[in-house]
Amino acid sequence: MAKRGVMFTFPTEMIREPIIYNLGRRFDVVTNIRRADVSEDKGWVVLELEGKEEDIEQGIAWVVTKGVRVDPVIGDALEG
Amino acid sequence: MSYAKSLRCSKCGREYPLEPINLCDFCFSPLEVTYDYRSMSEVVSREAISSGPVTMWRYLNLLPINDKVVDLGTGFTPLIKAENLGKEIGLDNLYIKNDCLNPTYSFKDRVVSVAISKAMEFGFDTVACASTGNLSASVAAHAAKTGLKAYVFVPANLEQGKMVSTAIYNPTLIAVDGTYDDVSRLCTQMVGRFKWGFININLRPYYAEGSKTLGYEVAEQLGWRAPDCAVAPAASGLLFTRIWKGLNELAMLGLIGPVNTHMYLTQAAGCSPIVNAFNAGSLHVHPVKPNTIARSIAIGNPSDGQYALRIARESGGGACAAFDEEIIEAMKLLSQTEGIFAETAGGVVIAGLKRLVDSGAIKRDELTVAFITGSGLKTQEAVAEVVSPITIQPTLSSFIENCADSVEGY
Ligand SMILES: Cc1ncc(COP(=O)(O)O)c(C=O)c1O
Ligand SMILES: [Zn+2]
Repeated sequence: MAKRGVMFTFPTEMIREPIIYNLGRRFDVVTNIRRADVSEDKGWVVLELEGKEEDIEQGIAWVVTKGVRVDPVIGDALEG
Repeated sequence: MSYAKSLRCSKCGREYPLEPINLCDFCFSPLEVTYDYRSMSEVVSREAISSGPVTMWRYLNLLPINDKVVDLGTGFTPLIKAENLGKEIGLDNLYIKNDCLNPTYSFKDRVVSVAISKAMEFGFDTVACASTGNLSASVAAHAAKTGLKAYVFVPANLEQGKMVSTAIYNPTLIAVDGTYDDVSRLCTQMVGRFKWGFININLRPYYAEGSKTLGYEVAEQLGWRAPDCAVAPAASGLLFTRIWKGLNELAMLGLIGPVNTHMYLTQAAGCSPIVNAFNAGSLHVHPVKPNTIARSIAIGNPSDGQYALRIARESGGGACAAFDEEIIEAMKLLSQTEGIFAETAGGVVIAGLKRLVDSGAIKRDELTVAFITGSGLKTQEAVAEVVSPITIQPTLSSFIENCADSVEGY
């Protein structure tokens, strides 16, 4: 089992969609929300994903195709 | 032993032991080193510091190191009074902290010196990082000095100058076929898999502390006082938060008076998530897709952004973005007034400073320090256009023919 901390940033039109629920059901990934804020025009959620590595990968890829931005939770580990 | 006490979550305050971890288990927020300042204050004094080595390690007692430090001679870089540049943009008391003058030509040597020393303490035999060039060079150089193995991940399309200035130290250099975001994602995935010291991931709380020395040095070099205004670049925002922490620690230890410094944060307009949040009055930093020549500070999702944002607000400072053309102009201006060739991040700082003065945020008589964090030699492509020499034959007549117009009194 692998674990991954991620941040989802939702554009306005996706805020009403049950993305996290569907991610859990369709990809057999356990989602565990740690921090979040959703306002009328934008939303972000910091959560932990737990499951098989390939399920997490596929799940994230699916979330991205839905127009949600996915970032690793450390922020960009890439630095100057 | 150092005076470091614990790691504390910057959001919820939970405490953790001093281990190679960087995130709070509960809320996934960054961890920060805390200290026993009471005991620390018994050993630090202006005299003790001033008689220490002429490097960042004169502040050893304020850093979280227990054993030997790995030092290439980093820090205590010049703080110069920038009369010419000041005159040009309208400041009477402008200083430049020139951190180009570190062993691998950027401020990253400060953070890496601390992180690598900790990696040795923790017993790692391998260190790794993902980088756009400055960090990778510094990690590779420090690893070479210690004999640690180094894995350095960079995007395959990195500038040649940055490739060479990393590869020369002979790390395992891995060029990832992908964007900057892809390299970053790959490395965060590797942390769980490999028992390595990831310089800016699991060693991040220690790495962060190295930047405090920029604050210490400036205060000491100003004759033990904090500046009225500080202007610094932000990528992840970490450096910005630690300059502030450094100044405040000195005040807490009674080495300087109260800190009233206005902290100004600068980013490139093509990647300015923190500046956007500042201007929107928002508490959360929404990620962006970077698109700027200032690649070394092009981080779309700054992990310490909200903390940098808070400091810019609470110190009565601000945040300011500069367009790519302004960045190039500012690089030229700094070179041609003060003789300092900075990289694009330095251009961002000077361009931002100019805007802040023009808008009246920074006043003419305020003692202002601009932090120049990396050298222009590694990213010469950005200003290659300046090269347009007059080509002549090796004869006096050819010189006179081609150049006489510009020779005064001829
Ligand atoms: C030259 C230069 N200046 C400033 C920074 C900003 O550092 P931070 O990520 O701590 O904001 C970086 C690195 O990212 C850099 O390479
Ligand atoms: Zn926490």
